[in-house]
Parts: sequence; C-alpha cells; structure tokens
Amino acid sequence: MSTATTMHDETGHVPPAEVEEVELYHAKTWLGKYVFSQDAKVIAIQYGCTAIAIGMVGLVLSLMMRLQLGFPNEFSFINPSNYIQAVTMHGMIMVVYLLTALFLGGFGNYFIPIMIGARDMVFPYVNMLSFWIYLLSVLILVASFFVPGGPSGAGWTLYPPQVMLEGTPGHEWGAILMLVSLAFFIIGFTMGGLNYVVTVLQARTRGMTLMRLPLTVWGIFMATILALLAFPALLVSAIMMLFDMLLGASFFMPAIVSMGEQLDHSGGSPILFQHLFWFFGHPEVYIVALPAFGMVSDILSVHARKAIFGYRMMVWAIVAIGGLSFIVWAHHMYVSGMNPYFGFFFATTTLIIAVPTALKVYNWVLTLWRGNIHLTIPMLFAIGFIFTFVNGGLTGLFLGNVTVDLPLSDTLFVVAHFHMVMAVSPVLVLYGAIYHWYPKISGRMFHQGMAQFHFWITFVGSYAIYYPMHYLGLMGVPRRYFSMGSTDFILPSAQGLNEFITIAAIIVGVTQLLFIYNLVWSLFKGEKASDNPWNATTLEWQTATTPPGHGNFGKELPLVYRWPYDYSVPGEDIDFLPQNQPPRGAG
Amino acid sequence: MSESVAQGEHTGGMAGVAADWSSDQRAFKGVPWHKAMMWIFLLSDTFIFSCFLISYMEVRSTTTAVWPSSSEVFALTIMGNSIPLVLIAIMTFILITSSGTMAMAVRFGYQKNKNMTAFLLIVTALLGLSFVGMQAFEWTKLIVEEGVRPWGNPMGAPQFGSTFFMVTGFHGFHVSVGVIFLVITAVKVMRGSYDNERPGFMTGRKGSYQFVETMGLYWHFVDLVWVFIFAFFYLW
Ligand code: HEM
Ligand SMILES: [Cu+2]
Repeated sequence: MSTATTMHDETGHVPPAEVEEVELYHAKTWLGKYVFSQDAKVIAIQYGCTAIAIGMVGLVLSLMMRLQLGFPNEFSFINPSNYIQAVTMHGMIMVVYLLTALFLGGFGNYFIPIMIGARDMVFPYVNMLSFWIYLLSVLILVASFFVPGGPSGAGWTLYPPQVMLEGTPGHEWGAILMLVSLAFFIIGFTMGGLNYVVTVLQARTRGMTLMRLPLTVWGIFMATILALLAFPALLVSAIMMLFDMLLGASFFMPAIVSMGEQLDHSGGSPILFQHLFWFFGHPEVYIVALPAFGMVSDILSVHARKAIFGYRMMVWAIVAIGGLSFIVWAHHMYVSGMNPYFGFFFATTTLIIAVPTALKVYNWVLTLWRGNIHLTIPMLFAIGFIFTFVNGGLTGLFLGNVTVDLPLSDTLFVVAHFHMVMAVSPVLVLYGAIYHWYPKISGRMFHQGMAQFHFWITFVGSYAIYYPMHYLGLMGVPRRYFSMGSTDFILPSAQGLNEFITIAAIIVGVTQLLFIYNLVWSLFKGEKASDNPWNATTLEWQTATTPPGHGNFGKELPLVYRWPYDYSVPGEDIDFLPQNQPPRGAG
Repeated sequence: MSESVAQGEHTGGMAGVAADWSSDQRAFKGVPWHKAMMWIFLLSDTFIFSCFLISYMEVRSTTTAVWPSSSEVFALTIMGNSIPLVLIAIMTFILITSSGTMAMAVRFGYQKNKNMTAFLLIVTALLGLSFVGMQAFEWTKLIVEEGVRPWGNPMGAPQFGSTFFMVTGFHGFHVSVGVIFLVITAVKVMRGSYDNERPGFMTGRKGSYQFVETMGLYWHFVDLVWVFIFAFFYLW
C-alpha cells in the first residue's frame, strides 16, 4: 500500500468482511442486563467500581501508616503488628486489586471492543465469569481482616520464611487467605485476559489494522499478554507456599529455629520464592505501566490537537518494553546474595529497558511541542504524568546499578522510586482517563471546578509526599519500620520531614473523596455531554448513542479508513478526521 | 494491504505472515476465536508448568538430603520380581495412545462423521480416565506402602514427596478436566449441536466441528506436558 511510508495512513478502500457477524445474547431481565451482564461495558463498570472500592481501603491503610510515621506513638490504635499488616495489605491491594483490575478489567473491557470496532468481547459469558471470580477474590482478601490473627504482615512481597513464622502477624490465616485470593484473582484475570487478547487479534472491524489501533489498545493488549505470562509464576509460588503452610512441605523453608524451637521444615530455598515472585513482580509493574502509557498517549494527542509523535516507534517501544520486562526481574534481588555475574547481567538488561521507556517520554514531549494545547482536565493529568514519570524513571536508573542500589535497597528511596513511577504516575493517568472518557461512559460532563481542585491538590501533593522521601532514603531511613528507635544516622530533622509528609498525605487522601463525589454528583447533575465533546477521532466517540448501547454501534459496524491520529490535517476544514471517515473523493 | 490478501488468497512463508499481520480484521486468517483462545491459554499454561518444573529442579538441586532413587521408588513387584518404572511405562503408553484417538476424532469430525467422532472422543476419555485411575493407584502405593508424605518420607529429601504430589497432581487435574470436557464434547456431537450450529457451552457461539479440534489442542498439550514430567520425575 502506498501510504505505508507516511505516518498519515489513509485508504479509500476497505476490504470486504471475512466473517459474518454473530448475534449477541441480549438479556431480557434487569438482573441479566445490569448484574449478570455479558456486555463488556457493564462488566467494565463493575470491575471499575469494585477496584475503586477496594482501593479506598488501600488508601485508608496508607493514611494509617502515615499517622504512625508522622506522629510516632500518638495514636493508640496503631501498634507494630497492625502497622506492618497495613503495609502489606496496602501494597497488595494497590498493585493487584486496584491498578491491575482497573486498567485491564475496567478500561480493557470498556475500550478494547469499542475502539477496535467490535460489538463485544469474543466470549462474553467467560468475560462475565471473569468479573465474578475477581469479586470473589476481593471478598476473600477482605475476609482476611476478620480472621483470627488478622491479615498477613509479611510485606506485599510475601517473602518466606518470614511470612509463615510465628512472629509475623497473620501467619495463622491471613497469609493463607491472601494466597488463595491471589489464586482466584489469577484464574479470573485469565478468563478476561484471554478474551482481551483474542478480541484484539481476531475481532477487529473492517479496515482496522494493528497499526491503526489507538495506543490505548496497544498498551492494554501488551499488558494483558504480560499478565498472562507473568501471573503463572505467582500462581505457582502461591501453590507452593500453600503446600508449605498447610501440608508442612519445605519448598521455601530451610531448617530454621523460631521462638527457640526447631521447626519441622528443612532444605527449602527462600531465594526460589524471590525468583518466582519477581518473575511475576517486575512484569507486573509494566502491566500497570503499559496501559497508562497507551492512554496518556491518546489523551495528549487529542488535547494537543496533534498526531502522536512517532506512532510506530511508540508501538514498538511498547512491544520491546513488554519483552524486556521478563529479563530484568533480579534487580529486585541485588541484596539477596546472588552471584555477582547475575547482578551484572540484570543491571545491564535493566538499563537497556530504560531506552525504549525514555523514547516514549521524548515522544510525549514532542507531541506537545508546537501543538494546539488545550489545558483541559484530562490534559493537566496527562502532563502531570510526564513530570512524575520522568522523576521516577530517573531514580530507577540509580537503583538499577548494583553498587548504587546496595545502600539504597530497603530504604525510603525505593519507596519514593516506585511510588513516583508506579503509584502516582499511573494513577494520574487513571484520573485523566476517567475525566476524558467520563462523558462517553456516563453521558454527562463532570464538574470542572472540583476536577481542577482535585488535579492541583493531587499533583502538587504527590510531590510533597514523595520528594522528601528521597532525602530520607538517602539518609538511610529504612522502609517498613514501625518506629526508628534511637539511631545515630537518622538525624532528628527526619522527624520534621515525616510530619510534613503525613500532613500532605492526609490532604491528598481527603481530596480523593472529592473526586468520587464529583463522579456521583455529575452523574445526576452534570451537563449533558455531546457524542464527541473533545472532537476525538477514535471509534468510541463515533457511536450512535451516548452512552453506547449493548453492541456498541448501530446496525452497521464502522469502517475504518485511517489511523487514529488525524488531528489538524493540513487542508482540512475541521481539525480532526474520525477513523471511520472516508477520504475526500472516495466512496 | 493488497487486494489479493483481503480476498482470502494466501501467500506463503514469511511474506504471508507479514501480510496477515498487517491486514485488518484478523491476524490469524481462518482461525476461529475459540481456537485462538486455546492457543493463548496453552501458552500461559506452559508458563505454569515451566515454573513448576524449574522449581522442582531448583529444590532438587539445593536440598541437602539425598534424593530417593526413582527406579526403586517407582518399581512394582510383579510375580515376585521388582520391575522398575513398569506402571509409569503403561501410563505413558496409554496417554500417548489417547493422543492418537484424539487426532482421529478430529479427522472424523471434519468429515462430519458424527458416530465415529463421538466414539473416538469417548475412547479418548476412557483412556484418560484409566490414566487418572492408575495415577490414583500409584499415589496410594506411595502413600500407604512407601510412606511418602508432602512433609517427608523414609527414603530421603522431604521435597521428593511434595514436588511429586504437587506436579503430578496438577497434571492429573488437567487430565481430569480434559476427560470431563471430552465427554461434554462427545455428547454435543451426538446431539448434533455441531451440525445445526447450536450455541456452545459457556461461549454462546455457534457450534462447529472445529470445537473438536480445539479440544484436541488441549488434550495433546496435556500429553506433551506429561512427556516432560515423565522425563524429569521418573528418568532423572
Ligand atoms: C527506568 C526504568 C526503571 C528502572 C531502571 C527500575 C529499577 C528498579 C530497581 C533496581 C528496583 C529495586 C530497588 C530495591 O529494591 O533495592 C526497583 C523497584 C521497584 N520498581 Fe522500578 N525501575 C524502573 C521503572 C519502573 C517502573 C516503570 C515501575 C512501575 C510502573 C517500577 C516499579 C517498581 C516497584 C513497584 C519497585 C519496588 C518493589 C518492592 O520492592 O516492593 N519501576 N526499580
Ligand atoms: Cu523491577
């Protein structure tokens, strides 16, 4: 095809349909339409609400930790045990049950079919089961708060032997429930994930080539593949750990003396768990990051009225990051005593992965350059993301080098790194994306003022929280500590910083309630949204109704004539050409 | 993309693959959704089994106690002679045979030969069932006679029992699930669901004999995994 060499990819002709359309199952009852729904969009909202609800629990837990760190021993309801339990549950909830579920189960379900011009996922029934199993896994996780001994207190990394020793809170039931819950999460996710991948590969509309997919779809697609290949390691380690805990096996447990008693275990390898966990754990950070990369690309492009810079490069960077993310896992284990050559290998791959990542950052910035920038709410969040992500990426380079990492490992520096890069950045994109697509999903506009306030507090507040943590980490303040005791190397001024961070965290935390209030308020009181309020090109904005009904499009599926980034095309009267608009003079 | 590809004519080799992947609608031309999904599921499952087997190798090489000798543990005494690995040889033979009957079922399915397809599916299921039965026998023998437990055994390293039960158990679970689905598929074949395109189990999609092939993919995969388990657990 002649346009292959130019980025502006437009064809006048769309190939004929390869397969006839299949009838969707239309539920007749209220229960079938809104509860046990097989419509990917309803499932998406169910996923989203569940994820945000459990995320609020994670938020409260983090404030609990901050209260103790900022004002040590002022609050009697926080003790060393429930402090470390809060650390553990906060981490696991945020990474797996909030971010993974919201990005893939929420945004994936809503936007994959509608952006590629499909009526639904390929197997809607399995897709529905995916949500219910996810909900079950969340309920099991929540149940661990109420069992004797409470939830696990081993840290979100669940390292053995600590996780099952008597001194660790939750070693009785909490850890077991956590592992069972993770196993269910993985099963549920797999059912959804298979759907997402096959839908992208095999169910696109006529004219929709892979190189015409919006980057949002590319990000979610690649993240889903990563998840399908990384979660197996977590599943296996969960099963093995359950063997150790319930059947007295010794996969991960060496011979060990606990509380003055020789335990029955012998000969196991705790390092094996670390390898399995991080073989999952590192791809997991990109499972969260790649959808954010994709969505932020689309938001930047729409609100700068300019094609994304280097679309193909952006796609290949996503693929390259996905591939590389499987061979860097041991950079989390530099202090585990592994062979120095291993450290060298993993430091090298770790630094290599920074190359495609940096490339994406350059392209985002170049997309803004000389764009017609509209500082809308989604755009503010997207630009905020660029700042926080660069910040976290740079500290990643420090940690990626073995010798620099050794003193920084297990300090607040690591906490600052991964919060900038994996917590704040994807969450900013999530907010931006929710504001961006809210008009399509709900049919109404959100309240501008509240959203502005939400952005500025969250963005500035995140810096207030995490910037000082870098200094604390460099000073050597360890992570996951209930209190510092009397240590010479921690200066008294550290306490002042900790207080400051806590106050900032409380302000930011409370502001998130305003966001939820805004969503609910706008649902009833918001201004009615038009079909395409941002003048965007991608297919989800071209639906006949807003919000789109079951089956997404009208009688006919849209035909795709062009790539998703035809903004401000020279010589055109309007500054955007939807993907389903034929070229002038064609047809 | 060129007109010819869109029309469904295929160019072979790398050029064909590139053309398919740069085309619209489908990356794998002519591949039904359930088959594509099965392949991707199996890829994911491969990672599960790889993690299991690699973990097994790791614990086996790091544990300090001696590893029980597989030719002694897995021997059967038949008419007074202790024959190593005899049960496992039969089990392996049965499972490989079932792969053959499965492949024949797929072939008859494409010929729309209802009776033969259903018959061969049932034969495959029965072979699978006898495999699981013999595995149950083997487990019983290990537990009752040899005293192997997940937490220890009289012969040596405690990890011997736990890895064995975990990995063969996980595989046996796969076989059992396969048997159930083989029976379901056979029933659907007999009912004619694939002739009159009735909606499928859990899919809501129109039935077709291609489902038999997708079922076959799973079954062959489970057999293939067994070959690795056999090599790593019984021959090492
Ligand atoms: C420039 C690229 C990056 C490099 C070189 C890098 C490097 C590292 C290293 C070496 C560590 C281990 C530090 C230690 O424990 O001592 C680490 C921790 C971490 N990184 Fe990154 N990283 C990068 C990007 C990312 C991204 C994009 C994410 C997520 C979206 C992420 C999330 C995390 C998390 C969650 C941890 C901590 C896990 C834990 O110990 O609990 N990193 N990073
Ligand atoms: Cu990592």
